[in-house]
Amino acid sequence: MYKSKLSDHLILILGSVLMIGPVLIVFLTSTHDAVEVHRFGLMASWGDHFTETYNKVLFKEGGFTGQVTGVRMLINSLILGIGFGIGKIVLSMLAAYAIVYFRFRMGTFFFWVIFTTLLLPLEVRIMPSYEVVQQLGMLNSYSGMIVPLLASATGTFYFRQFFKSVPDELLEAARIDGAGPFKFFIDILVPTSKTMIAAIFIIMFVYGWNQYLWPMMMTNDEAHFTLVRGIKQILLVWVGSQIPEYNEAFALAVLAMLPPVLVVLIFQSWFIKGLTESDK
Amino acid sequence: MATITLDTVRKVYAGGVEAVKGVSIDIADGEFIVLVGPSGCGKSTLLRMIAGLEEISTGEIRIGEKVVNKVDPADRDIAMVFQNYALYPHMTVYNNLAYGLKNRGMAKDEIDRRVKEAARILEIGDYLDRKPRALSGGQRQRVAMGRAIVREPAAFLFDEPLSNLDAKLRVQMRVEIKRLQKSLKTTSVYVTHDQLEAMTLADRLVVLSGGNIEQIGAPIDVYDKPASTFVASFIGSPAMNLLKVRKGAAGLELETGSGLTAANPYGRDRYTLGVRPEHLSLVEAGVPAGALTLKATVNVLEPVGAESYLYASCGGTGQEIVIRVESHARFEPGQEITLTAQAKDVHFFDADTGRRVES
Ligand SMILES: Nc1ncnc2c1ncn2[C@@H]1O[C@H](COP(=O)(O)OP(=O)(O)OP(=O)(O)O)[C@@H](O)[C@H]1O
Ligand SMILES: [Mg+2]
Repeated sequence: MYKSKLSDHLILILGSVLMIGPVLIVFLTSTHDAVEVHRFGLMASWGDHFTETYNKVLFKEGGFTGQVTGVRMLINSLILGIGFGIGKIVLSMLAAYAIVYFRFRMGTFFFWVIFTTLLLPLEVRIMPSYEVVQQLGMLNSYSGMIVPLLASATGTFYFRQFFKSVPDELLEAARIDGAGPFKFFIDILVPTSKTMIAAIFIIMFVYGWNQYLWPMMMTNDEAHFTLVRGIKQILLVWVGSQIPEYNEAFALAVLAMLPPVLVVLIFQSWFIKGLTESDK
Repeated sequence: MATITLDTVRKVYAGGVEAVKGVSIDIADGEFIVLVGPSGCGKSTLLRMIAGLEEISTGEIRIGEKVVNKVDPADRDIAMVFQNYALYPHMTVYNNLAYGLKNRGMAKDEIDRRVKEAARILEIGDYLDRKPRALSGGQRQRVAMGRAIVREPAAFLFDEPLSNLDAKLRVQMRVEIKRLQKSLKTTSVYVTHDQLEAMTLADRLVVLSGGNIEQIGAPIDVYDKPASTFVASFIGSPAMNLLKVRKGAAGLELETGSGLTAANPYGRDRYTLGVRPEHLSLVEAGVPAGALTLKATVNVLEPVGAESYLYASCGGTGQEIVIRVESHARFEPGQEITLTAQAKDVHFFDADTGRRVES
């Protein structure tokens, strides 16, 4: 077995400091008040405005119309993240299931069509997408923010590769055991893919959580603001003769970081399994 | 429990490969049939057609009285054991056994009774709560068997179920499968390329070659009277010695040289003549010369414990033959020996078609 050396630890410690350092500074800065931050810049010490700032950020109603609190934005972001995660998994699993297990005409062709959509990211097709959603009357709704982006070439590709590696005999055994296509999918394929599902859920959750451009185009009422937009908004709204509430922006940034970190921490063992181990 | 009838069953794969070329077999109720043949001869294809996992190109398969050509695998009342076991990896052993029964809407206590019973028979009761990944190969094999027997099907289908086990376990499981099949009396079709497994398990052997049946018969009959040179060289280990012979001045002689004397019972000009290693004895050891005698030169002696195999060449050009000798016999390379065999142990095959020649 490989015996870890001091130098290995040094490299890891250095990496950790590089990664965690900025986050820590953001957090510490957010505990000072805006004036201090404005005068002295980033802080490496603990200020005494922690409760005050976070309370305000989470519960004070802000924005032009005064309807949106931090909690609201957090919930919106969660809806987006979870909606993306679950929606993309369901859709891409079903697509991959069809491609791998059903012999329909031009199945491979359709797979490559789906795959080439990777070459057309959202930014390229944002105007037509907007047009479609608008005509469907889905502006200013969660479904408008989520549904148009659910089709996932990446997810379909990963699930296709995974399903292809599942031994044929498993399907055959299930067929002999009286499982039809639906039962096989629910009883056998979904449970055997669970590490894969966890891995893709993390990726898609973070992807949804970090969406900025699309939600901004889809919604203009503040009740649909997400955290990522909220950070920007704080700096915009109070810009003028006033000092921007840097501390609040930092606090919001810290809050925006927490859920993805939690998701990764909770799913990480599955995530690693999903990417490395095949348990079939 | 049921009979299985194959009536000129053919299989042509999408690519045009004709894997099975018109096979007919009548399998009796409770019979243990072994399909044996070299790799690629179509035995898995045939089994999978019985299971309903491959479509039948032409011909008919009946299980009991029912034609099953278009019947779903689940409705054929068969159970299959796969080479890689194909256990459901996320289910406990208990659920692996119970899954097929649940899908058929069986009552919970009946499922429980059957699973417990199968677990008892196969001695897997202690692992019912484990996942397949936490089992050894032999234990997984038992679970796969268990999944078949809880169904109490009309027929068991096995596709090389033992080939992933080590040699010792394979022998043990082989005996167990045989015992199980005899006590359950379930019609079984078993695929293997291992001739020893085939011989020991089968009530009747079906030897396949290139998609055709070479011979069907009880193992001992196939061994005693192989229908072709293919069967002769496939069944029995080491394989039967096959020599090209032709009509000579007195009886038969080797095509490649001298040293052989044998009668020509069927009066033909050419044959392939076959003698098993265990039916050749040494005249030097005091065995009286029989219907066939053969002079040969010793090459190598290969002891395997209970017996030894003597490799020798005959007929000048050095055709190699194998002779079984007792384990402590001593031979020197280059030593001249004279071998003999009884008339009943000498097989004649057509020199061109390889089919057995009989009066
Ligand atoms: N899905 C398929 N498509 C096309 N050809 C196939 C297919 N499956 C098998 N074959 C061909 O059919 C022939 C018989 O295959 P089969 O699997 O029945 O052989 P087998 O006797 O079971 O051999 P083995 O002992 O190696 O398992 C082979 O030549 C094989 O290449
Ligand atoms: Mg096979």
